[in-house]
Parts: sequence; structure tokens; C-alpha cells
Amino acid sequence: MIAAILSLTLLGAALGIVLGFANKVLKVEGNPVVEELIAMMPGSNCGQCGFPGCSGAAEAIVDGTAPPTCCPPGGKTLAAAIAAKLGLSVDLSAMNDDGPKIAIVAEELCIGCCRCSKVCPTDAIIGAAKQIHNVLREACTGCSSCVEKCPTEALAMKPVPVTLQHWVMPKPLAA
Amino acid sequence: MGFMNIFKHFLGSDWGVHPDDHKRPAADAATRRLPVPPRVHLMLSQHVGAPSRPVVLVGQKVKKGELIAAAQGNISAPLHASTSGVVSAIGEITAPHASGLGGMAISIDADGDDAWLESELPADPFALSPAEIATRVAAAGVVGLGGATFPSSVKLNLGRRSGIDTLIVNGSECEPYLSCDDRLMRDKAADIVAGIRLMLVSTGAKVAKVGIEDNKPEAIAAMREAAARFGEIEITPVPARYPMGSDRQLIVELTGREVPSDARAADVGVIVHNVGTAYSVNQAVCLGRPLVSRLMTLNGAAVQAPGNYEVPLGTLISDWVAFAGGTQADVAKIVMGGPMMGTVLPHLRVPVVKGTSGILLLNAAEAAASEPEPCIRCGSCVKACPMGLLPLEMSARIRNDDMEGAVGLGLSDCIACGCCAYVCPSRIPLVQYFYHAKGDLSSRERAKLRTEATKKLAQQRQERLEREAREKAEAAAKRKAEREAAAAAKAAAEAVAKTVAVNAEKQGESA
Repeated sequence: MIAAILSLTLLGAALGIVLGFANKVLKVEGNPVVEELIAMMPGSNCGQCGFPGCSGAAEAIVDGTAPPTCCPPGGKTLAAAIAAKLGLSVDLSAMNDDGPKIAIVAEELCIGCCRCSKVCPTDAIIGAAKQIHNVLREACTGCSSCVEKCPTEALAMKPVPVTLQHWVMPKPLAA
Repeated sequence: MGFMNIFKHFLGSDWGVHPDDHKRPAADAATRRLPVPPRVHLMLSQHVGAPSRPVVLVGQKVKKGELIAAAQGNISAPLHASTSGVVSAIGEITAPHASGLGGMAISIDADGDDAWLESELPADPFALSPAEIATRVAAAGVVGLGGATFPSSVKLNLGRRSGIDTLIVNGSECEPYLSCDDRLMRDKAADIVAGIRLMLVSTGAKVAKVGIEDNKPEAIAAMREAAARFGEIEITPVPARYPMGSDRQLIVELTGREVPSDARAADVGVIVHNVGTAYSVNQAVCLGRPLVSRLMTLNGAAVQAPGNYEVPLGTLISDWVAFAGGTQADVAKIVMGGPMMGTVLPHLRVPVVKGTSGILLLNAAEAAASEPEPCIRCGSCVKACPMGLLPLEMSARIRNDDMEGAVGLGLSDCIACGCCAYVCPSRIPLVQYFYHAKGDLSSRERAKLRTEATKKLAQQRQERLEREAREKAEAAAKRKAEREAAAAAKAAAEAVAKTVAVNAEKQGESA
């Protein structure tokens, strides 16, 4: 009885040490391409892609289980960048993307319930209880997590307003 | 290549173009002063850098020259009321910009007195320290009046820090139709020279070279006369050729130094200021007058009375044109600035800004545009490009959205002078492609910065949530411990009470 316990314990300990050693020495680095993709993604972990956060989506894209177009906040630009990085050809026309969008509060409908500001992954919504809330344009990633939380439908996704600083001269029509 | 250089050695370099200048008769008409319009609208963003921040309230009375918006950040400029009156609104108005979008502006209802705010004047402006001059220039809201509208004081300070030996004063005014610098040099040569001397003190430069195109003989004569007493100021005629007024071209012409790609003029010991800026520096330092008006050219075939006007900043172009006798029947195009690099405006109800060198109202014949045709690879644009780039190759890449390819060919060195589009026999809008590409690249750069910033925000939020959860757990544990300690103490006290009672009982028994 004692011999059996002793031998199994010894065996377990020895194998455990071997495994621990192997884990340190023979460690496999994470796929560097996945890291690069994570760096390109919005990083707000909004979950619209159906994966647990941006890192999950990046892994799925590299595995080929998800298309590069799976990130709605990233839009066409991100899809094109990912496709270029991975050498994929991608059909951007199928992507329902009419430019980047951000959440905008309809001030006359906001009741100041604070539900939106609690779910915003980038803390882009400011406002106190029973005060009108507002979205900081520069901090909003357009993940639309807040839209479904709003009880009065005061939040809506709108195209990013064009300002003098953001305006780009349109491309001339080709000859 | 060496073979071509031999040709260049004998024939001179052949960059640039020679458009019809259309400067006269507007340049020869005497300068007129625009009376104060009923209302002025001062844009908060009239300079490169952060928009200024309003420091007045609606309904407040202001004097002419009073500060109405303060500079924000390192690269910015303050804004002053261009007439006396009451602030009637702070809000959005159509900006003088090709997009036709709105921008924030402070509107002032003029009271008609046009009364200046009195300011303290230095006893001897030329005895001021270099830093003090730059401070006064900054406080007066002076920006580069050649069109770039870069805050002048930043450039003056930069000059002192990076060892400038030559100050170049740009009086070449190479854009067709414009003559405001020409007129200013003819009328106010002495003031410009005083401004140049102040700039020399402030930048620490030893000599000032004033480059004036040889199609302005009157201006050259006037400036020579004004600068005769000052050996350190040299007036140099330069050949009339577009874009001679671009800083890099003028630096090569006057000093023989070439500014490398990705470098600034200061890196070769030179700094460039416009003659209009020199005049404003003198006004600011010697007279304590902030930049509230400037000389602007009104020209084009659709104008009744072309000429140069001193216009208060924020005046609506429609008010100005009405004063100048209105327009002739057909205005096909409204351009702010010159025809080569100017901005097409949507309508006349936009205010003039610090960077407005002129307004052109072009008729159908002048504004005639025709359909672009395919590139015939003639190479005219390569020959015309003053920066030695390949416009046809760059535009072909931009047309196919290959921005990196265009950058690889030197897109960032493009000064958007428009020579390529001007000479193109197929009338391809080459420079518009470059404008588009530059805007596109900068918006991508902004998007990248934004992604980084939002990622940091998301991370900070995650950390905050974890910290809050931890603090909550700690607080709960602490409360629990306190509760338990209290219970234990209570139990102990009860036990003590019990023993005391028992002892008393025992004592009672024994007694």
C-alpha cells in the first residue's frame, strides 16, 4: 500500500517537473500574425463579430474560420488592411459599410439613466444620473454596444460628421 | 544624367511655368480702404494649428483690436475684434474653404465708431529683447500672410533656437492676378523695412534678403529706397516665374542652398517670412496694433473695380464686392487666393480670413474647364515640376488607390503648386489627385492615432473595472472582519459577565 502510494507520488512529481521544464524551455510563442492583427483592430472588445473580444476575432481570421470583413466598427478600411496583410482576396462590396459611424445622443430623448455609459468599452459617454449624456466623438469606436441599452432610443449610430479638419478633397473622376 | 546636367549648367534649370500674370491694371490702382461693414464674422480657425478659444460672451461690447479668442496650445494664434461693436453670435458660418462646410466664428455687430482699444507702446521697439518681440508678435495674432498662415512668433522663436543666419523676405508674389504684396511694397516700404529689422533682431539672423520678382519694378524701386540706409537688408530682383514664391524655390534662388526632403528651411540656416508679415510685425510691435485687417486683391474679369483694398478681417466677400461696385453679369467661379493654388468658394457670403490674399471673380472664359483626356506620356508635367517629381506616375498610382506607391515616388515633397495640371495638354487634374491623396493619407494617419487612443481607453477601463471589483471585495472582507470582531468581542464580554456572575454566586454560596 505504502509502496504504491510512494511510487505514484514520485512518478507524478517527476513527470510534473519534466512538464514544467518543458513549458519553460520549449514554449511556443503566440502566432505573431495574430498579434499584428490585434494591433490593427479597434480593441474595444465589443463582440459584434461573435468572438470573445478582438483577440478571439484575430485568431479566427488567421485560422480562416472568420472572414476579414467580420469587424463592423473597423469597416472596409480594416477589412482591406487585414486582407492585404494576410494576402487574401476579399469582396468588399458585400460589406455593408457606408463609412465609419459613431453613436450620437438625441438630447431631447435622453433621461440620464446612465445605462449606456456603463457599457461603453472606451468610456466615450459622459453624463451623470438624470443629466443629459453625450458621446465624445474622438473616443467612440462605433461598436454600438450602447444603442441596445438605451431605454428611450435616444442613442443612434450616425455617420461621423464631416468637419473642416476631416474633409478630404474627393478623387477626380478618371479620364 | 551627367549629360543632362551639362545642358542644365548652360541653360539654367527649367522648372516652373510662365502663366499670363493678369496683375495689371489691379496692381496700379491706388489702394482703397473698405469702410467697416455692418457685421463681421471672425473665424476661430484662421491659422495653422489649434483653433483659438473664445474669451467673449454674446452681448459683450468690444473695442477694435480687443482680444476675442485666445490661442490654444503651442501652435495657435489669438484673434482680435476687427471693429468696435457688440458680439452678436458665436456659432457656425460657412467657412472660406473648398468643402463649403461650416466653421465656428464670432460675429460682431459694428457700432460704426471703429474705436481702437488703447495699448501701451514700447519706448524704443528696436531695443526690445528678441524674445519680447516674438511675444508681442504672438499676442497680436500675426500669422504668415503669404497664405500658409503659420503663427509667425513660432517661426521667430524657432529661428533663434536653431541658428538662423539669413532671413528671407518673400516679396515675389508669383501667383497670377494677385498684387497685394506688390501694392504693399509700393505704399508701405518703410514700414516693411522696419518690420524686417525687428524680425532680424528677433530671429538673430545677420542678413535679410528680400526677393521680389522682376515684373514689379515699382516695388523693387520703393523697397530699395527704403532699405538704402540699412546695409543688412538686401533687395534682390528674382526672375518672374511661377512658383518663385514657394519657399524652397526662393531659398535656392537667393542663397543657393537646397532644403532637403523631410527637412525645413531652418535646417539650412534660413527662415522665410512674407512682406505682408513683416508689415504686420511692425504694426504689432511699434504701434501695438494686432492683425485685424490686411491688404487683399479683388480681381478677375467679372469684377467692376479690380484693385487692392484694405479689408477688415471677417468682412463678408459679398459686402466687399458690393463696395467695389458689384459684379458684371456672369461670375463663373469664385476663388480665394491665386488661380494656381487658390480655393474655390461656394458663394460670396463667406468671411475673409488672415490668409486671404485676394478674391478672384472669374467669368466663363477665364474659368473654362474641359474634359480630361488620357495621358499621352509627353512628360510636360515632369519638366514643369519645381520639386523634380513625376506627376504622371504619382497620379496613375493615386487613381488606383495605391497611396504607398505615390508616397514612394515623393508625394510628400509635392508642394501642390499646380504647375503640372497647368501644363498638361490632356488637361488631367493632376494636382487635384495630389490634394486628394494628401488628405486621404492624413485621414488614415488620424484614424491610426485614434485607434491607438481608443485602445488605451479600453484598457484603462478594463483596469478600472478590475480595481473597482478588487476594492469592493476588500471592503466587503473588511466589513465582514469587523462584524466578526464585534461578535467575538460581544461573546467575550458576555462570557466575562457570566464568569463574574458565577463568581459572585460562588462567593455568595461560600459566604
